[in-house]
Amino acid sequence: MLRFIVQRLLLLPFLLILFSIIVFWLVQAPPGDFLTSYIATLASGGSSINEAQVEALKRQFGLDQPGYVQYLLWMESISKGDLGLSLEYQRPNTELIGERLVLTIALALFAFFITWAVAIPAGIYSATHQNSLLDYFFAVLNYIGVATPNFMLALILMWIAFSNFGLSITGLFSPEYIQAPWSGERVVDLLKHIWLPAIVLGIAGTARLTRVMRANLLDELNKPYVVSARAKGLSEWKLVWKYPVRLAINPLVSTIGWYLPQLFSGSLIVATVMNLQNIGPLLLRALTQQDMYLAGSILLIYCFLTIVGTLISDVLLALVDPRIRMEGV
Amino acid sequence: MTNDEMTSAKTKNDPVEEVPLGSVFAAKAEERVSVASNWKLVWWRFRKNKLAVISALVLIAFYIIVLVPDFFATQDPEATEAKLAFIPTQGLNLFDGTNFSPWVPAVVGKRNPVTLRMEFKIDETKKVPIRFFTEGFKYKVLGLFETNIHLIGPQDPKSADWIYLFGTDRLGRDQWSRMMYGTRTSMTVGLVSVILSVIFGVLLGGISGYFGGWLDLIIQRLIELLQSLPTIPIWLAMTAALPQDWRPEQVFFAITIILAFIGWTTLGREVRGRFLSLREEDFVLAADLAGCSRFRIITRHMVPSFMSHIIASSTLAIPVMIISETSLSFLGLGIRPPAISWGVLLQEAQNIQTLALAPWLLSPGIAVIIAVLAFNLVGDGLRDAADPYGH
Amino acid sequence: MNNQTALLSVRDLQVHFLMDEGVVKAVDGVTFDVHAGQIFGIVGESGCGKSVTMKAVLRIVEPPGKIVGGEILWRHRSKQDGSAGDPVVDLVKFDANSKAMRDIRGAEIALIPQEPMASFSPVHTIGDQIIEAILLHQDVSKRAARQIALQMFKDVGIPIPEQRLDEYSWQLSGGLRQRAIIAMALSCNPRLLIADEPTTAVDVTTQAQVLRLLRRLQAQRNAAIIFITHDLGVIAQMADYVMVMYLGLVMEQGTVNDIFHAPKHPYTQALLRSIPTITMTPRISLPTISGSIPHPFNKPRGCPFHPRCEKAITGKCDARTPALQLIGEKQLVSCFLYHDAEVAA
Repeated sequence: MLRFIVQRLLLLPFLLILFSIIVFWLVQAPPGDFLTSYIATLASGGSSINEAQVEALKRQFGLDQPGYVQYLLWMESISKGDLGLSLEYQRPNTELIGERLVLTIALALFAFFITWAVAIPAGIYSATHQNSLLDYFFAVLNYIGVATPNFMLALILMWIAFSNFGLSITGLFSPEYIQAPWSGERVVDLLKHIWLPAIVLGIAGTARLTRVMRANLLDELNKPYVVSARAKGLSEWKLVWKYPVRLAINPLVSTIGWYLPQLFSGSLIVATVMNLQNIGPLLLRALTQQDMYLAGSILLIYCFLTIVGTLISDVLLALVDPRIRMEGV
Repeated sequence: MTNDEMTSAKTKNDPVEEVPLGSVFAAKAEERVSVASNWKLVWWRFRKNKLAVISALVLIAFYIIVLVPDFFATQDPEATEAKLAFIPTQGLNLFDGTNFSPWVPAVVGKRNPVTLRMEFKIDETKKVPIRFFTEGFKYKVLGLFETNIHLIGPQDPKSADWIYLFGTDRLGRDQWSRMMYGTRTSMTVGLVSVILSVIFGVLLGGISGYFGGWLDLIIQRLIELLQSLPTIPIWLAMTAALPQDWRPEQVFFAITIILAFIGWTTLGREVRGRFLSLREEDFVLAADLAGCSRFRIITRHMVPSFMSHIIASSTLAIPVMIISETSLSFLGLGIRPPAISWGVLLQEAQNIQTLALAPWLLSPGIAVIIAVLAFNLVGDGLRDAADPYGH
Repeated sequence: MNNQTALLSVRDLQVHFLMDEGVVKAVDGVTFDVHAGQIFGIVGESGCGKSVTMKAVLRIVEPPGKIVGGEILWRHRSKQDGSAGDPVVDLVKFDANSKAMRDIRGAEIALIPQEPMASFSPVHTIGDQIIEAILLHQDVSKRAARQIALQMFKDVGIPIPEQRLDEYSWQLSGGLRQRAIIAMALSCNPRLLIADEPTTAVDVTTQAQVLRLLRRLQAQRNAAIIFITHDLGVIAQMADYVMVMYLGLVMEQGTVNDIFHAPKHPYTQALLRSIPTITMTPRISLPTISGSIPHPFNKPRGCPFHPRCEKAITGKCDARTPALQLIGEKQLVSCFLYHDAEVAA
């Protein structure tokens, strides 16, 4: 298992290089470049820039170079820990992404914890109280949760809050904290705001996980080791928690591998609707404005987060399951 | 569902453990079951799942709309009338008192003295009579023949009081009619991209599973690579790369291909797994020894034996595609106006102030939820039914 | 049938499974006694209710199964010695998950389950699971419990016990797993050990070893064993007293000698005929019992065996259910060929 993890870690740089090529190819694929769309924007605003300025800008960003040179220049700066310069904002990408990345990860992790904190007990309840009223309730909630796109849920919640209470539930901070430097109060303010988008983001996953937990636990409850534990004289609750629940959760750990990445990229849509300052809306704007180094960097970060999410799930699975841990040591 | 409970209850209890699934009727049904084809068995089991059957009917209704959206529309979806913006929904009533005589309440507009905007209210006292199979704008049925018959419309096509079943948007376009066209696009995107996924998936998964060796290795790595890409951002980057001057049909096909691009990997994996296990089965060996060609073995022996599973998995993949398309279009990077899809329609609902003013703009979202729900229920029903001899 | 000396007396036990399609009467009025130090064998085909009977004794019948009638009288251990004078309790009256029932389950009545392969949790060490059982019923420290577990491992003949305690079940061979299960069942010195087909999943050599081990341990500890199997050979080797079940009813019971040498019930006779012996004429087909076990929803009226019985009396066996009656000195039979007593409707 350790060997497997080391293997994955060694593979990581290669995978990232491969992804960086795909990503770069994608962001520079649209016809034209940032300047053409920039000039078009200026023109629609009634102003224009002269030929010399355009040439100067082109040279500055290497837009006059062939694609592979642009890629190599980008790679060179990334290897120095510099994500390049945003064409639109004229600021270093690292600076633009910085805090937004923290908020992206915070939101995803929050949604993740809500998912597990709700889905596991709900799944256990449903399995141990099969066909009870609450079990059916969870089943209905599951189907609706999976069927509702999360932007739709966000819209509905925003609409209810706005039309009934006149509340605007967008954003991750109260206005006075948006630009403030990090402090204890700012974190508290973030916690006051983050739970709602986290619920919106996590609801589909929660619904699905509840169902899987229920099915897994029902399977495990029929296994002979439950009978033998019961025959020992263990009380029913202790027994369920110690044995079948533990075994039912094990396979769920491997779902983290796709669920965390899904939360990272899913937050993009929720963030756009609910106006959250994470890297999602930034990517959207960069893509439409053809701000290619910014878009490329953000896409690469998403790729990185996806790989890390998978890796975390592998490590966790090995930690909780001795059968996997001891294989091939 | 009840079937599942039955089986689980039976495995739990010793006395009935060794008895095959069934009941008193088992003996009578036995002969019928043993001679029935696989498809019949799947159908019998599916039929028992009431929820799935109802959902299937809902889906059929949706696809009828897909075929002839114009027939269900009451107006030209592109017709704008700025003066008639944000008209609220007019509830359809089938009975006037006790007589069957469908009507909708009329709307009355008043100019708001402060904002100087027209504001519309429902006037329950004034009734606009409705007729079914009425005349309206001209359209072509499936591109074959022209007609102007619509399912529903005001009794007097020339009357000033028009009907807006789902209200109008900020440009005064009829939301109901636009929904019909949106249904066509969104349901088709889901279906077509899944069909593409199935073709890719079965082809590549089949090659991978049947031939093995280095081909398998390459395809496996490719699937792993695609699956480790962050889906939504990559989709966005791909759709953003589509040239702005493409025609709606071009964009439509590009979107379906983009959605299928990652969607096929899951199916591919499943097909590969099935191929690997089937390759060891006796009936494949028997066919091989009987001198069947590889192509015949694959198409006549192997594919039919997991076709029902593929169909169940595909049914469950369609809603994912529908949600993805809706999300992409909602963000402005999917289907582009003037083409209409549920996601495009929902773009109108992005602004919270607008939404507070005109909540009926969320109606396409309800359509998404119903469609996805129906697909999931049918898919679950098919998956359970695909295993006709029990688990 | 003497209540005074019996360790366990089951009286007219009925366990029904309430399913959507109807009621399955898995155990339909079973009566027997088990005495201290006795090895009590139960034979019957799959689905005859033998396992359910035992689950009922332990009060671990899973829903939708339910004890709907009868008594399970147990001589509760109040003092160290197993002498008479211990209070008799009716286990049916306990709540299945109550403290009182759990104190008996595992401590006084222990189970060797059907599938030793899957009877340990694969993600907990074996030691952890045995020590848990010891701590549940004995007032000892964790360290002392580990010592007890270690001693048990030695007793059942597990080599390098110290190391095995910290291993997982899937790291052990089938035979060792079987021994570990026996060690766990015996860890609290039960007075009654229920062995539910303990040797079906292991090979013949291991089976012989396990049976020998069980007999040795039983002799050492003077515990009673209820031995459930469908293998008549194993019963002949192990049991003192045998009960034959069919479709939730007792067909016949008696000493191992009576059952094997003077079977009375046509079902017992048919079962015995279907065992191949070494002295049999080769190359003739083995006699079988005609027909198959009816579906539990379709239990025949009257004697449940009558549709397959060669000696069935038309008009009698298919209408009324015979009761279990003493025939001879120690043998009980429920068959109209021997008596006319029937089960009260």
